[in-house]
Amino acid sequence: MTKITIDPISRVEGHGKITLHQDENQRITQARLHISEFRGFEKFIQGRPYWEVPVMVQRLCGICPVSHHLAAAKAMDRLVGVSQLTPTAEKMRKLMHFGQVLQSHALHFFHLSSPDLLFGYDDEVRHRNIIGVIEDHPELAKQGVLLRKYGQEVVRMTAGKRIHGTGAVPGGINKHLSITERDELLKDIDQIISWSQNAVELFKTIFLRNREYHEQFALISSNMFSLVQADGALELYDGGLRARSADNALIFDQQNPEKYLDLIHEHVESWSFMKFPFIRSLGVDKGWYRVGPLARVNNCDSIDTPLAEQQRVEFKALSADGIVQYTLAYHWARLIEVLHCAESIKQLLHDPDLQGEDLLVKGDMQAVGIGVIEAPRGTLFHHYEINEDGLIKKANLIVSTTNNNQAMNESIRQVADVYLDGRELTEPLLNQLEVTVRAYDPCLSCATHALGKMPLQVDLIDHQGHTTQSLSKA
Amino acid sequence: MASIQIDDKSIDFQPGQSIIQAASNAGVYIPHLCYHPEFTAHGSCRVCMVEVNGRQVSACTTEAQDGMQISHMSDDLQQTRKQVLEMLFAEGNHVCPSCEKSGACTLQSVAEYCGMLTAEFTFQYPQREIDASHEDFILDKNRCINCELCVRASRDIDGKSVFAIAGRGGQAQLIVNAVDGQLGSTDFSVQDRAASVCPVGSILPKHYGFVTPIGQRSFDLKPIEQQQVSGHEG
Repeated sequence: MTKITIDPISRVEGHGKITLHQDENQRITQARLHISEFRGFEKFIQGRPYWEVPVMVQRLCGICPVSHHLAAAKAMDRLVGVSQLTPTAEKMRKLMHFGQVLQSHALHFFHLSSPDLLFGYDDEVRHRNIIGVIEDHPELAKQGVLLRKYGQEVVRMTAGKRIHGTGAVPGGINKHLSITERDELLKDIDQIISWSQNAVELFKTIFLRNREYHEQFALISSNMFSLVQADGALELYDGGLRARSADNALIFDQQNPEKYLDLIHEHVESWSFMKFPFIRSLGVDKGWYRVGPLARVNNCDSIDTPLAEQQRVEFKALSADGIVQYTLAYHWARLIEVLHCAESIKQLLHDPDLQGEDLLVKGDMQAVGIGVIEAPRGTLFHHYEINEDGLIKKANLIVSTTNNNQAMNESIRQVADVYLDGRELTEPLLNQLEVTVRAYDPCLSCATHALGKMPLQVDLIDHQGHTTQSLSKA
Repeated sequence: MASIQIDDKSIDFQPGQSIIQAASNAGVYIPHLCYHPEFTAHGSCRVCMVEVNGRQVSACTTEAQDGMQISHMSDDLQQTRKQVLEMLFAEGNHVCPSCEKSGACTLQSVAEYCGMLTAEFTFQYPQREIDASHEDFILDKNRCINCELCVRASRDIDGKSVFAIAGRGGQAQLIVNAVDGQLGSTDFSVQDRAASVCPVGSILPKHYGFVTPIGQRSFDLKPIEQQQVSGHEG
C-alpha cells in the first residue's frame, strides 16, 4: 500500500490536505480530503447568551461570515418566538445575503479559479494566480475586484461592516437602508449586472471550447440537496428542503428545514475533523450528496430573475437527462448565481420597504432554534438549545463544505484514477487534484484565506511508512 | 482664582476639586476607568495617573493645588497607562469582536485612546461565570475590571448594596450580595443607577444585544476624549 499526501492544498479557503492510498498494483483504493483544523465553536459558545451568537459564530469565517450571521440569526428568531419578520427586516437580511453571495462567488471565480481556467492547469505556478490574471487580462481582473467590492459594500450598508458586522439580531435587523445608501448602490448596479453576465458568458465559452474534457473532468454522479422556494424556484435565504437523486428523481421536497435531523445524519471518520452527512433514507453509502451552486441550479425549477433564468435554461440543456453532474459546471452554476444576486439586489433596491422603520419583532421565548440558509458553498444548518436563563446549552452546526465532504473525496478519487500514472508524482497531477477540490469552493477551515502563503507539499509514502518521493511548489 | 498648569494650559479650579475634576471642567481629558463624577473617587484603576512636579499621582484622588505643574500626556505616562490597560485585558476575558458593548465600551475606547494595540502580557483566561439568573440583566464576570462603579452606585445612590468586591489581588472579584450569590435573588432593577453605570460589558440588559448599528454606537458618534469631559459622562 502506498500513500500520497498533498499538504496543504492551495487556493482554497483554509487548510486541508489530500492523501491517496494505493495498493500493491498502484491502483487508487482510497482518496481522502483531510481537514486538519479544529475550530470548536459549538463547544465554546456554550454558556454564552443567545443574542451574542449571530455576531460570535460568524467569526467561523472571514469569507462568508454573513452566512453564519444570518443562519444564526434565523435560529435566534425561533428562540425569541418569531416566525415572521417585518418586511423591512426580511428584505434587509435578503439584501445582505445577496451581497454576500455575490462577493464570495466573485472572489472564488476571479481570484481563485480563473487562473486555472484562463491559463490551463499546466501553466507555470508563478503565473497561474490572480497576479497573472491582472497582467494578462487587466480588464477582467478589474471587473472581478469591483464585483467583489460591490458585494462587500452591500454587506457594509446592511450589516455595518464589510466583514463581521452586526446587522441581524434576534427577531429582526438593527438598521434600515437609508436613501443615501440606496442611491449609492443603485448608481453601479447596472454595471454589476452587465459584468456578471460577461462572467457567465466567459465561463461558458471556456467550458464549451473543450467540452468533452470539461464534462469528464472529476465527473461523479451524486444526489443534489438544497433549499427551494415554495414554487420550486431558486432560493438562497429561506424555503423548503429538496433532494434529488442522481437520476433526477425527487427524494424529498418542501421539507421543513427545522426537521433536518429527520432527513440527514452525519457519519464520522477518525481521519478528518469534517463529518460526512448523508440522507437518512438512503444510508451512508448511497445517501451522500452535493450542495452549493451546482446542486441549487440543478434542483430548482426556475430562477425568479430573468437574465439568470435564461442562463439556467441553457445550463440545464447541457445534460440530456436534466441533471448536470459535471464537477466543473460548479463554476458555471456559481456565475449564474452571481447574475441572480446582482438582479435581485437591483429589484430590492427599488423596494421602499428597505427604508421602513419597523425593524424588530418579539414573541414568546422557545428552548430550541434552528436556522437553515443557502450559503455560497451550500446548505448551512445552525441548531441551538438554550437553558431557562437564555444561555446556550447545546449547538450543532453543519457547514456547507461538510455537506460536500464525500462528494469531494469521490471527485478526487476519480481524478487520481485517471491522472496518477503508477507511483510517479507529477506536477500536472497535483494541479488536477487542486482544480478538482477548488471547483467545490470548499471553505476548509471557515477561516480567512491566506492567499499565496500556502506551499503545496506532496509526499509519497510506501506501505512501510517511508517517504519515497517528495514534491513541493511554493 | 487659583489655577493649575496642565501641560501648556492654565486651568482655574475651585478649592477641593481634584485634578481630574478641574481638567474635565476645562475640557481636558485625562483617561480614566474607575473615576466617575457622580461617585467618590476611588483611585484604583491607575489609568488617570499624571505627573505633578515630576511625581506620578492619580488625578482622581489628588486635590488640585494652586500653581501645580502637571503633565498628563507624556510618553512615560502613556506607557504606564498602556501597561495597566494591557493587564486588565490579560486578566479578564475581553473578546471585543463578539462583545455587544463594543463601540460603547469605555475600556476599549480608553485603550484605543492610549494607543494600546494588543496585550503583551500572558493572557490568564480565567474561568468566570455568567450570571443570567436575573429577568432583565446578565452579569458577565468575564469582562469585569473591578472598577467598583456598580458597587458605589448601588450602595451610594440606589441604597441597595447589590454588589461588592471580594478577595484580594488577583483573586479579587465582583460578587452579588445574595445568599446564593445570584443577581436574580436581589432587588436589582432596571431603574437602578448601577444598572447603567458599568463601563464595560459586565452588566447588560438581557435579550437586546447589538440593537445599535455600527456607526451609531456611543464612541462611533463621539470619541471618548470629547465625551468624558465637562460632565458629559453617562
